[in-house]
Amino acid sequence: MSLQVEASLEARNFNIALDMAPGETLAVLGPNGAGKSTLLSVIAGLLKPDAGSATLNGRTLFDFSSTPDRWLAPHARGTALLAQDPLLFPHLNALENVAFGPRSTGVSKAESRSIARHWLAATDTELLADRRPGELSGGQAQRVAVARALAAGPDLLLLDEPMAALDIHAAPLMRRLLKHVLADRNAIIVTHDVLDALMLADSVIVMEDGQVSEAGATREVLNRPRSGFAAGLAGLNLLTGTARAEGVETRYGLITGTAEEQLPPGGPAAAAFRPAAVSVYLDPPHDGSPRNMLRAAITDLEPHGDAIRVRAGELAADITPAALADLGLVPGTEAYFVLKATAVTLYGT
Amino acid sequence: MFRRSGSGYTAVPRWLYVFAAVGALFVILPLLGMVAKVNWSEFIPLITSEASLAALGLSLRTSAASTALCIILGVPLALVLARGNFRGQRLLRAFVLLPLVLPPVVGGIALLYTFGRQGLLGSSLEMAGIQIAFSTVAVVLAQTFVALPFLVVSLEGALRTAGGRYEAVAATLGARPTTVLRRVTLPMVLPGLASGAVLSFARSLGEFGATLTFAGSLQGVTRTLPLEIYLQRETDADAAVALSLVLVAVAVIVVALSYRSPRLPHLARATR
Repeated sequence: MSLQVEASLEARNFNIALDMAPGETLAVLGPNGAGKSTLLSVIAGLLKPDAGSATLNGRTLFDFSSTPDRWLAPHARGTALLAQDPLLFPHLNALENVAFGPRSTGVSKAESRSIARHWLAATDTELLADRRPGELSGGQAQRVAVARALAAGPDLLLLDEPMAALDIHAAPLMRRLLKHVLADRNAIIVTHDVLDALMLADSVIVMEDGQVSEAGATREVLNRPRSGFAAGLAGLNLLTGTARAEGVETRYGLITGTAEEQLPPGGPAAAAFRPAAVSVYLDPPHDGSPRNMLRAAITDLEPHGDAIRVRAGELAADITPAALADLGLVPGTEAYFVLKATAVTLYGT
Repeated sequence: MFRRSGSGYTAVPRWLYVFAAVGALFVILPLLGMVAKVNWSEFIPLITSEASLAALGLSLRTSAASTALCIILGVPLALVLARGNFRGQRLLRAFVLLPLVLPPVVGGIALLYTFGRQGLLGSSLEMAGIQIAFSTVAVVLAQTFVALPFLVVSLEGALRTAGGRYEAVAATLGARPTTVLRRVTLPMVLPGLASGAVLSFARSLGEFGATLTFAGSLQGVTRTLPLEIYLQRETDADAAVALSLVLVAVAVIVVALSYRSPRLPHLARATR
């Protein structure tokens, strides 16, 4: 294991444990205020937890179980941080910004600059070397910031929503760059975007209320979400409940579907399905095929791509604008959400 | 009527300009009144008299020294106040800023009973053969005492505006705290440090009460320009006015220098 962290911070209701394999990139997903940035700050040494311990490649970052406490200062950790804002030092040009890391660790001026040139080239920003941060666009500045973080030669790269402040043209470019530089590199990337997790990360954790609510390989978590948050990210409906012989008993009633494995009756289980697979009716439809029929009151209607997303509590259905006009749905309408059993995946949680 | 074309909307009612004009006149009129009193035919001889030149030279030397002392003592204070996190921080700030509101003469008395012959430290210093009160060193100490808060306030504000995020990033890149201070923190707040130093210099230049109390008024040793002006006023009003004009000119030059230094554009970015 290259990184092992166990930390808790009572004041922020933060309590987390995670392991990372060498060369692994981990995506941290979760709603605002879930403690994602706290996690990065604790690993980087910018925030002191109350208890716990952490090691990175065999080095102890902190350990509060030993006496005396061990606490490695941020500059000695080898955990370069890249934030949402590039935070390039405004008084230094791009080259000197990138050379800052090596220069600070005692590398000679000339050597630092040649390292900096290498990383500017690697991030496709070598032509910007003489520019001050104020003369760079947001995307350029963030690429230089990536170069600066990599030039420091970190054992672990910490990325705190590196694409969040970029416009829609700069973000794809940055995502491609990160995909290139994060390969075989230990990194933790905090993100709101499921695309980042899919493209950049080998595994994900979902954080909610300062805890890890879900962890696993990226595909696994997105295909079979166990938390409402991960399901929302994956664009899936997720109803949790109790396994029965015929399906899963949820608060909307029994849902039948395809189980990937035998579900032990009585155990916790979930049903996942795509909103597009759900039809909405005002009256129960009468025909032969085996279907699930869930009755619920509509809470919200909102545009979703070409479709209209109809929400009823935890349920979501995508219908066409024409269907919406036919049905005359408004918030408060009681409706039937109907979906084929073949469109539902059941699994134990 | 007061707006240049192309400027955006500002929520300043027009009638406010009347009061603003009165406020401006309140500052400008007395200066004009003084200039009107200047005896121009005697001006050059008056300001180049031996006593005047001695006072001006002493003022400039001591103010430069106290500004340097303010930087040496004030930069660590501002850093600790802006970035530190310790018990009694607010109390420390209150005490450091006290000389801003304290009558200078009170400051002079406090200094006298600390560094004076019978003072808290003075008696020990005396035994070591060091006499501070009523010396040029006392002038510098008095000026530093009253000018230090200007530097601390100005620099602490700049530090808070710049924020600690750049420093945190620098640390994660492998920079030790001293390296961060030298290569990130101080360069970023240089404009704030410069304007604080200018303010301290200007305050030192005008210092009167604490200097007179703690250092006395000995020509060439402790009699700075404000003291010389006060003294001349009793006997030779023309000389006092001429020297006052010199002090105004020096102050104007100092302020102009500090405002000319372009505010670096990055400060606006840093506060976003």
